[in-house]
Amino acid sequence: MMENDIIEKLKHEMAAAAEALPGSERVALMEICGTHTMAIWRMGLRALLPQRVRLVSGPGCPVCVTSQGTIDALVDLASRPEVVLATFGDMMRVPGTRWSLERRKAAGGRVAVVYSVLEALDLARQRPADTIVFAAVGFETTAPGTALALEIARREGLRNFLVLSAHKWVVPAMDALLAGGQVRIDGFLCPGHVSVIIGSRAYEPIAARYHRPCVVAGFTAEQVLAGVAAILGQLSARQARVQNVYQKAVRPEGNAAARAVLARVFEPVEAVWRGLGRIPASGMGLAPEYAEFDAARRLGIPWPPPETGTDEHGCRCGDVIRGAIEPHECPLFAAACTPLHPVGPCMVSREGSCQAQYKYGAL
Amino acid sequence: MCLAVPGQIVSKEDAVGVVDIRGNRLRAGLALVPEARVGDWVLVHAGFAITLLTPQDATETNALFKQMEELEGIG
Repeated sequence: MMENDIIEKLKHEMAAAAEALPGSERVALMEICGTHTMAIWRMGLRALLPQRVRLVSGPGCPVCVTSQGTIDALVDLASRPEVVLATFGDMMRVPGTRWSLERRKAAGGRVAVVYSVLEALDLARQRPADTIVFAAVGFETTAPGTALALEIARREGLRNFLVLSAHKWVVPAMDALLAGGQVRIDGFLCPGHVSVIIGSRAYEPIAARYHRPCVVAGFTAEQVLAGVAAILGQLSARQARVQNVYQKAVRPEGNAAARAVLARVFEPVEAVWRGLGRIPASGMGLAPEYAEFDAARRLGIPWPPPETGTDEHGCRCGDVIRGAIEPHECPLFAAACTPLHPVGPCMVSREGSCQAQYKYGAL
Repeated sequence: MCLAVPGQIVSKEDAVGVVDIRGNRLRAGLALVPEARVGDWVLVHAGFAITLLTPQDATETNALFKQMEELEGIG
């Protein structure tokens, strides 16, 4: 079948399922993956959905969910003379309360942009007199790399390699959103690459406890629409279970090696999410065996960092991340806040909802 | 940073390899895909291969991300 034929078939399938939906209100399906957010806007997929269905972006962009207090802690670290802060590039422009890492670096802070945690390890080997702190942000997709790096550092006795872990688990955030009950979510389009690691089975407690369909999908138009069609099919049949339409990459049990290294190196801790606040067991803290590599502990950083106000400039990233508002409903959107002069992280990151809507929304 | 891109393994030594990502050769950790061999396609995220791909999946995924980047005007 040609791609267009498949899309047409999926449109019919979605329309038929939407006809059979209970009630008369619009249903809200949440995607929780920055790459889904980008793909949905980029390919204009919202226009292909039945009237009764709307897509809402949730806390799927790792840079965006990183709390203001974490950004401030990183900026402070970059100001210490003995520290070189190693970070992914997309963290550089996120505004903290006073500074971004980019501004801190321009003012003399030692910040190294790395593509991978392996580069941060190299820095630690090459510069034994410096303390290299890796700013560990990201979900289950990124965290196994950090865990492997910590195992290597421990094996090599690399005591000047430290990790400030703001890594997060996605499922506790889904749980918190539903438990909070403030945002309407009728089903989840589950993240493709996170699911490669944690497996589709990881969503079973959400489907069972809250009676919400959870469907794992990939990133092509066909995949996203197949995911939406599957959720609508379940809703119209009053079902709520885990389905996986991305079977070529995602297995029910996930990636065993990745899950094992996460279990060896990290333990669940409370974490602070921008827009969602404190969520128990949603963060990855370093296990006791790795305490000597824990930057928070070694350098005396209060952790998790205190929650600080993020809306002082009128930025509503927190509401966007929760799915409570669409990016264009923020008064700053496309006015005071643009990709060139971002006020909040959702406009900084390529995966942020605000940048995605800014770039592709008018197409 | 959440973006994962397909690449082909060019060489492998223990748990680290060199992966060709659309003509760019990058070092990538391979410990999460212990079964991967030289010539295999993998999905690379932040410097680590997270799963094996079939050549066809790799081509499809590559095309998708190329589209997204073209529209962005940046790499």
